[in-house]
Amino acid sequence: MGATSIPVMAPAAAEIFLAIAGMILLMAGVFRKSGSMAVVSWGAVVALILAAVLVLTHGGTSAEPVFFGMFSTGPFAQFAKLLVLAGSAIAIVMSLDYMKREGIDRFEFPVLVVLATLGMMMMVSANDLIGLYVGLELQSLSLYVIASIRRDSLRSTEAGLKYFVLGAISSGMLLYGSSMIYGFAGTTDFNGLAQVFSKLGDSGPAVGVIIGLVFVISGLAFKVSAVPFHMWTPDVYEGSPTPVTALFAIAPKVAAVALLLRVMIEPFGDLIAQWQQVIVLISIFSMVLGAFAAMVQTSIKRLMAYSSIGHMGFLLVGIAAGNESGVSGVLIYLFVYLFMNVGTFACILSMRQQGRYVEGIGDLSGLSKTHPMMAFALLIFLFSMAGIPPLAGFFGKWYVFMAAIESGLYALAIIGVLASVVGAFYYLRIIKIMYFDEADEPLDAEIGGEMRVVMLVTAAVTLLFFVLPAPIVATARAAASALMGG
Amino acid sequence: MLEIGLAHYLTVAAILFTLGIFGIFLNRKNVIIIMMSIELMLLAVNINLVAFSVFLGDLTGQIFAMLVLTVAAAEAAIGLAILVVYFRNRGSIAVEDINLMKG
Repeated sequence: MGATSIPVMAPAAAEIFLAIAGMILLMAGVFRKSGSMAVVSWGAVVALILAAVLVLTHGGTSAEPVFFGMFSTGPFAQFAKLLVLAGSAIAIVMSLDYMKREGIDRFEFPVLVVLATLGMMMMVSANDLIGLYVGLELQSLSLYVIASIRRDSLRSTEAGLKYFVLGAISSGMLLYGSSMIYGFAGTTDFNGLAQVFSKLGDSGPAVGVIIGLVFVISGLAFKVSAVPFHMWTPDVYEGSPTPVTALFAIAPKVAAVALLLRVMIEPFGDLIAQWQQVIVLISIFSMVLGAFAAMVQTSIKRLMAYSSIGHMGFLLVGIAAGNESGVSGVLIYLFVYLFMNVGTFACILSMRQQGRYVEGIGDLSGLSKTHPMMAFALLIFLFSMAGIPPLAGFFGKWYVFMAAIESGLYALAIIGVLASVVGAFYYLRIIKIMYFDEADEPLDAEIGGEMRVVMLVTAAVTLLFFVLPAPIVATARAAASALMGG
Repeated sequence: MLEIGLAHYLTVAAILFTLGIFGIFLNRKNVIIIMMSIELMLLAVNINLVAFSVFLGDLTGQIFAMLVLTVAAAEAAIGLAILVVYFRNRGSIAVEDINLMKG
């Protein structure tokens, strides 16, 4: 290839489009002086949907990596990107009403969400340690600002500050690991790394590679908030405005899990003996801490933080399995996780007393009498998160545990099932409060139109997943076999 | 004469990186010191990258180092911006005062 030839851009069409759309939206917001939040938000939603269309049309083929091996596409990246785009778009839609009522309807929020989404898509498609780092930082830097978007609130800015400091440490660790891997393997390219590690004899990889790998896992475990790198999660979830919490719980988690999975399977697939135990360990810690720490929470946002730590533990079970059914199990779990969490946050964002947003678990008391439909929807989401069949959450857990058993990780699967049983306790506690406790102060009757639609759709998907799981399962299997084969 | 080899560079980088991490966790006074520690960590990584790049005879490491520098600048800008809004609300940037939520 000559130095002046233009690289093939088609596989990155969605990312390029989203980058330009983000800048246009920023300009639109700046030049329309007031009341630009709604326009920019819907513009951002449209841009995310168009990007999803571009991902569908351009991102599915496992072509050669483009941009000098920096960027790769394929069914796996396509699946993850569609989930990320859906999560971000829904988070923007759910934020509209809240932001307006709380007087923080600034157009920067949807613009930053678009930029963060662009970073997540770059992460998922990265085929090089450099691309991985830059995508991850684009995502993280946008999210630090989003966490402190309510800049006159002490809680929101404290959440942003904590997220920034701890996120920067994790980026530093990831980078240190990348530099060690570069030095001892001689390349930063994923394909090149996979080639180097596939030729290792019985002596195993150099010590520097192992050190680098451990640092990279720590950095990425931070982003998925797996124990022992979870300490930022409850504070950031509690302090950020609720729509921001909803975003944090959905899109970045999906992207980070997809990234961790890809990094473990693609470049480091031959080092599974080295990383499997680390992943198993943090998976067990996450599941157990997620189950036990959530019991004593009184704020529903903190509870959701521990719940997501627990879910990350279950997802790590699938990664630890390291086989094809593990990968497809993780993808199915991510799909289910997206719908359960979106639905739960739609319910949380509808909790108001006399026009004021509340977030205590006790505020849900008597919900079944005042809002029977919302209580029923929340019941479905909570049962699903607890993993009760035949709801969608059960299938997510079923596939990752089966994958773990397939690769002989019996102890991990057993601990996972036990943690899931313990975890069911705190989900059932909320259901008891909703259905059997008397309300001291009922929630406002009015629920926004967008929230009704979101709740209805997500509840329907969660409830009826078992009727027609085949398309998702087949897509996830195809994506997994493409990742393992490629 | 002592020959300066790759191991020396790696040792210096490792010491600086460790100093950065300790600076974050042991410091109880000021968030600005945390920012400086973060910068120290990233620059330690840059020493690593450039040393490897020279000893491998491969340019990738130097390109990586340039990108790390760029991102570190953006990160510092955003960190300081968040710190300024935090200071407006709290009136202090002492680490022990960041305690509204217990995580």
